[in-house]
Amino acid sequence: MVALTASDLDRPMHLAWVRPRRESGALIVALGGHFVLAAAVALDETLGKLASDGARRIVFDLTAVERLDTAGAWLVLRTARRFAGAGATVERRGVHPDFEPLLLTIETDCHNPPVTHPNTNGFGALLEKIGRSVVKLGLQSTELLGFFGMVCAEAVATLLRPRRLRIVALFTQLEETGLNALPILGLLTFLIGIVFAYQGADQLRRFGAEIFTVNLLGISICRELGGLMAAIIVAGRSGSAFTAQIGTMKVNEEVDALETLGLNTVEVLVLPRLAGLIITLPLLTFFANIMALAGGAVMVYFGLGITIPAFLRQLNQSLIGWSFFIGLMKAPVFAFIIAIVGCYEGLRVSRDAASVGRATTLSVVESIFLVIVADALFSIMFSMLGI
Amino acid sequence: MTDPVPVIKIRGLVTKLGGRVLHDGLDLDVERGEVLGVVGGSGTGKSVLLRTIIGLNRPAGGSIEVLGQSMTDHLTETRLRALQGRWGVLFQDGALFSSLTVAQNIEVPLREHTTMPQRLMDEIAAVKLTMVGLPADAAMKYPSELSGGMRKRAGLARALALDPEILFLDEPTAGLDPISAAQFDELVLNLQRSLNLTVFMVTHDIDTLRATTDRIAVLVDKRVKTGTIAALATDPDPWIHDYFNGPRGHAALAS
Repeated sequence: MVALTASDLDRPMHLAWVRPRRESGALIVALGGHFVLAAAVALDETLGKLASDGARRIVFDLTAVERLDTAGAWLVLRTARRFAGAGATVERRGVHPDFEPLLLTIETDCHNPPVTHPNTNGFGALLEKIGRSVVKLGLQSTELLGFFGMVCAEAVATLLRPRRLRIVALFTQLEETGLNALPILGLLTFLIGIVFAYQGADQLRRFGAEIFTVNLLGISICRELGGLMAAIIVAGRSGSAFTAQIGTMKVNEEVDALETLGLNTVEVLVLPRLAGLIITLPLLTFFANIMALAGGAVMVYFGLGITIPAFLRQLNQSLIGWSFFIGLMKAPVFAFIIAIVGCYEGLRVSRDAASVGRATTLSVVESIFLVIVADALFSIMFSMLGI
Repeated sequence: MTDPVPVIKIRGLVTKLGGRVLHDGLDLDVERGEVLGVVGGSGTGKSVLLRTIIGLNRPAGGSIEVLGQSMTDHLTETRLRALQGRWGVLFQDGALFSSLTVAQNIEVPLREHTTMPQRLMDEIAAVKLTMVGLPADAAMKYPSELSGGMRKRAGLARALALDPEILFLDEPTAGLDPISAAQFDELVLNLQRSLNLTVFMVTHDIDTLRATTDRIAVLVDKRVKTGTIAALATDPDPWIHDYFNGPRGHAALAS
């Protein structure tokens, strides 16, 4: 312990002061001024350095204390406890009756060690984080698979008894996920078509093969881009909406209310969304294809001088065999993924509002990720089948 | 320690919300060291009054003075920040920051308004936690891991972090079981006595009113009527009469 010099203690602390003196073997610590939060930093330092100098009896004299708040009271009591812990007898005197209740409250109640904070830095914490995420990923994948199975079973049960399908809810979903998505999807894919045609024309012009821009557009949009764009936009628009809607219902205990009223959650909440999306996403994909091709057609008309009839003729030749339908065939699978992930994340929401936001973000990221993985698998499959 | 100037002084307050006039010519004084309960029917603007006093709502007219400083005329950012250090607010569900632990929540105002070292902040956070009756292990928990009653206590600890002069409580006992509510009443009263707080409390709970308040302000006809419970119980206004003399009011006052 550092012994205090006289200059240390007389240093004006602006608000409060501490003056220790020896009196027949005892150490008298006179305190005065405003023992408040504003003086806490200075008092913390001064009282921390205060040494008993071997005195067995220590008296805190609070006669001159004008104001005392929790921070000030804690600092006095903390110092007193330190001396008492070292074996000295500690007394208080001159406490204003107004301050007595506060000192008593803190003295009798506060035996807590100072709080500690969770360790978020360092190698150990990093390892823990990695471990936790791996375990979480494993558990979540199993759970998602289980949910997938449950929805499939319910879907089959509903198909066998079609009356159980909620028609009104289904049509609401068709409007929400299908009709309302048309403007944004149409605009975006139209622009993508323009961009694509422009880039393609630029490269193909070097070989004098501008007309094949149309082939490039037709194949890439119908096989891949139209479907992917539609799926990604729907995942962002509708997948997130599924999670947010179901999650909010979960927070309000509406889902629990459904269960107690004898309704099947999957049948009421999941199946209409799933069925709606399986119907709308192929339609949206078709729409996206057409809009992207229209964008491309506009670009090649103005940029390369290829007329619309010539464009259509060339397009007709390029889209041989399955090409046009491959994109549409993938759409129901994408729809399934988006709806399942969206509903699953929504039902996983716990009872606090913050988890709705977290789940919504997760739902979008997961469904886009899974859609692209599925698309890659489709590519491998189609190339093996030779179509 | 009596102060001739009221801690909160409201004159001719007019507030509007969505085109609807909630308060019209409202006058209210809150004296230093008193516990004032604010009651009123649903939609009479109890919470709006609280939010207007602490500057979250702009009044459409009238003047508000808090601790001698006008909240309505020429309130600069610096003066508002200084004032905010002198009052603490407990929102309905605690309004704890969900990304921080309870201890970190209590340290937010300390970090913002003082230059304390981390060690001292941790000690003061622990003191506040025990003062509001939370166990030591609550410090490291996140708000989502706490029960509603514990969240309110943690919110109160944060409101008390800067040792405020005024404590604003918005429905402090709503959603608590009767035992926790009674404990909360006692806690507020103890803190009020030891810290000489002025408490402005919006509540529906007639038991809380009886247990803690010195005076009650009832919002009727876009103004307030103030008085002790005993005085208001004989008031001729039909709403006030029903409030204090209805079956629940009667039971609470008789006990």
